[in-house]
Amino acid sequence: MSNIVRYKASDRVNHWLVALLFVLATVSGLALFHPSMYFLTGVLGGGQWTRILHPFIGTIMFVSFVILYFRFWHHNILSKNDRQWLKQIGDVLNDREDKLPEVGRYNGGQKLVFWLMTITMLLLVVSGLGFWRPYFAHMFAMDTVRLAAVVHAGAAWVLIIGIIVHVYASIWVKGTIKGMWTGIVSSAWARKHHPGWYKEINGGK
Amino acid sequence: MTAQVLHVVARSATTTTPPPEAAKTEHVAKLIDISKCIGCKACQVACMEWNETRAEIGTNDGMYDNPRDLGSGAWTVMRFNELENDQGGIDWMIRKDGCMHCEDPGCMKACPSPGAIIKLSNGIIDFNSDNCIGCGYCVQGCPFNIPRISATTNKATKCSLCSDRVSKGQDPACVSTCPTKALTFGTKTEQIKLANERIKDLNERGYQKAALYDPKGVGGTHVMYVLPHGDKPEQYNGLPANPSISPTVALWKGVMKPIALITMASAVLAGVLHYAIKGPKVVEEDHDHKA
Repeated sequence: MSNIVRYKASDRVNHWLVALLFVLATVSGLALFHPSMYFLTGVLGGGQWTRILHPFIGTIMFVSFVILYFRFWHHNILSKNDRQWLKQIGDVLNDREDKLPEVGRYNGGQKLVFWLMTITMLLLVVSGLGFWRPYFAHMFAMDTVRLAAVVHAGAAWVLIIGIIVHVYASIWVKGTIKGMWTGIVSSAWARKHHPGWYKEINGGK
Repeated sequence: MTAQVLHVVARSATTTTPPPEAAKTEHVAKLIDISKCIGCKACQVACMEWNETRAEIGTNDGMYDNPRDLGSGAWTVMRFNELENDQGGIDWMIRKDGCMHCEDPGCMKACPSPGAIIKLSNGIIDFNSDNCIGCGYCVQGCPFNIPRISATTNKATKCSLCSDRVSKGQDPACVSTCPTKALTFGTKTEQIKLANERIKDLNERGYQKAALYDPKGVGGTHVMYVLPHGDKPEQYNGLPANPSISPTVALWKGVMKPIALITMASAVLAGVLHYAIKGPKVVEEDHDHKA
């Protein structure tokens, strides 16, 4: 059985760095968002530390994501096939692969999640600056600060749901998580889930 | 006022209902009669004295305001502005600024830290520094721009209406010291009655629009003003005419919270159900014979 290199070590490090920072930012962000999640402040050493660290974690996550973005954006342009694939999301979830258009390196869902992450991360970093005390919040009018908080929460909400979908897809499709840890996927995996990509790297066969 | 046993009737970032009070506590109020205020700042000094706060020595900006703004060392400040009146003269508007102790407090709505802001049964809104995390959400929540975050302790600060003194049956420090009785303190009912007498008097003296400032948009306040020009509260250094919790804050710390949590939990649940029903998506390796 032959293997294919899907991710270089630097891709993997970049991905897991974003993932780790996402977990920390989410845990600390949710803690400050809803009282029922306040116990999560314990993860970063209490309320004060959560408040202090969250924006720094978020900023580093954003920078890491920017690097990830420049690595992968060109793989994530939605094609006509991807749009059709997305329209048949019912067939995807019900495992009726034979009815679906051919998938390339990434499927429509993965690409959509990629762009969703891009947009929400941008919104998060910009709105986050808007109410980051004591460094930036004082530069803005009060209504801007208030708007920033609501945009930040809204963008985080969308991003978190997007990541839940992203993580679930990787749990559902066996071999995916291993692929992101080792960088290697089997030929069978590639042929089944990403036939277009498989053909591409095998010179069209 | 007599001493009162105070209960916490609401606390920030808390979804459960606090235990009921054993006895009904009278709502209190401080009345600031602007028509009697001479701008002496004795209230500022008394506040600093009692609460052991000291504002940094600032600069002279050519005006009477000193310190220039509220701060962790100045929970109340006198704000002065001059206004040209219809007779071609100048009206000197002086307003003692500080926490209004809203019945529906925006600071408490915005606060993410359980118990950092509490509401006492007599209506006082108090900050509990032990629980404060310094995020500044209360600053965003406040319709009156009152809370300030201390640069040294990173804790939110504001007037406590001397809750410590009030619980022992004393007046707030500012009220005790006011030389003209522009500041009075007592039950809210009693203070409204007093305000109405004052307004009647002001009406007779030509201030036809004199009014009580107890804005309904925040459920009324436990610090009220008698305004000689009650039709134009903004003239008093931007006192908002119809203050209320900003709709942005209400959305952020209102409906958005449960909806966001429910949808996130639903997404996780959907994953669990899908996996349970459809099972993992596995590649059969013998599929691979061609390679």
